[in-house]
Amino acid sequence: MAEAFKFELVSPERLLVSEDVESVVIPGTEGEMTVMANHAPVMSTIKPGVVTVNPVSGSPERYVVFGGFADILPSGCTLLAESAVPVKDIDKADIARRIQEAREDLADAKDHASRTKAEEFLQQLTTLEGAILPA
Amino acid sequence: MPSLKDLRNRIASVKATQKITKAMQMVAAAKLRRAQEAAEAARPYSQRMAAVLANITQAVGGGGDAPALMTGTGKDDVHLLVVCTAERGLCGGFNSQIARFARDHIRKLLAAGKQVKIICVGKKGFDILRRDYGNLIIDRVDLREVKTLGFGNADAIARKVIQLFDEGQFDVATLFYSQFKSVISQIPTAQQLIPAAVASGNGEGDAGAVYEYEPEPGEILSDLIPRNIAVQIFRALLENAAGEMGAKMSAMDSATRNAGDMINKLSITYNRQRQAQITKELIEIISGAEAL
Repeated sequence: MAEAFKFELVSPERLLVSEDVESVVIPGTEGEMTVMANHAPVMSTIKPGVVTVNPVSGSPERYVVFGGFADILPSGCTLLAESAVPVKDIDKADIARRIQEAREDLADAKDHASRTKAEEFLQQLTTLEGAILPA
Repeated sequence: MPSLKDLRNRIASVKATQKITKAMQMVAAAKLRRAQEAAEAARPYSQRMAAVLANITQAVGGGGDAPALMTGTGKDDVHLLVVCTAERGLCGGFNSQIARFARDHIRKLLAAGKQVKIICVGKKGFDILRRDYGNLIIDRVDLREVKTLGFGNADAIARKVIQLFDEGQFDVATLFYSQFKSVISQIPTAQQLIPAAVASGNGEGDAGAVYEYEPEPGEILSDLIPRNIAVQIFRALLENAAGEMGAKMSAMDSATRNAGDMINKLSITYNRQRQAQITKELIEIISGAEAL
């Protein structure tokens, strides 16, 4: 049994999760990572994706996050998500709307840098849609 | 002297008004509770955000890779004021308080020879500021249709502000809102958005940890600061919502009380007049009988 640590998932609207967990899978911008207790301090931005929380007791819970920021310390992990929803409550129409918006952003993008960024974002969203829709 | 019928009508209408103000007070009280809960729920996020930001600022230092949103343009010629007020009136001095505070600020800036641009969030502030500084208002945000404030609303405003900044439209951005102290006291507050005022190195708990950054600190920072601006605006909107409801509640409470006083006064006049009329009629009858 792995050591437990404190995990918090916060969105601007509310505090979603604050509990002791064994491990958390975070969709970092530069790749997914699993955080366990005594992780080296890392700060990472996160991309739209699924966060999987493995609590000390009970079954794993999954949350969909749309971008944000993770602050990882040996003693705990804080995820500042722009918006976060439990996977079971996710609204398909909402994702479709976000994808639509991302497409529009891409169409509006003027310079190269912002276009690359918008493209990337759209790609992440579509991957996300594929990942959670069958669930 | 108003007739008895007039008095009766007036009492009835004041009573109707009292009923309305009473209902509004109760609605405001219910909404206040919800607004307060929302403001409290948002607090952890903004606190963490501030902590992370302070931490990362330390890591980046004042070096050249700090984004412009943080360092500013190095000038302070053009000021952008984001004035957040309520969408509806009937909440005592709430809106005019913020507007007056903003106006004092504008006057000071103009006197110092600065250029001022205004973005109005909320209808009431726009109505008040339009009279004096209509030509300075460059944009207004309407939240009337919004039932529950979401982060998306704040994000849209933040994006607008950042876009203006990227276009070089202003040098300094300040946010005006009302800080929710208690139900009866809201304090108009000015908060600088750009350049970001970060509480630097207060040396708390984990500040000593050596972080790994993924991607580079500068990159994270340029991602984080726009988000921080949105968070600050979001917090301001929530505080405003709570303050508006608090002000409305106390305004409607005193309105209800005033109506009560008025009803009392009117009923006394009414009773007195009715009595006077009865006495007059009696005198007429008695003196008529005596004359026979």
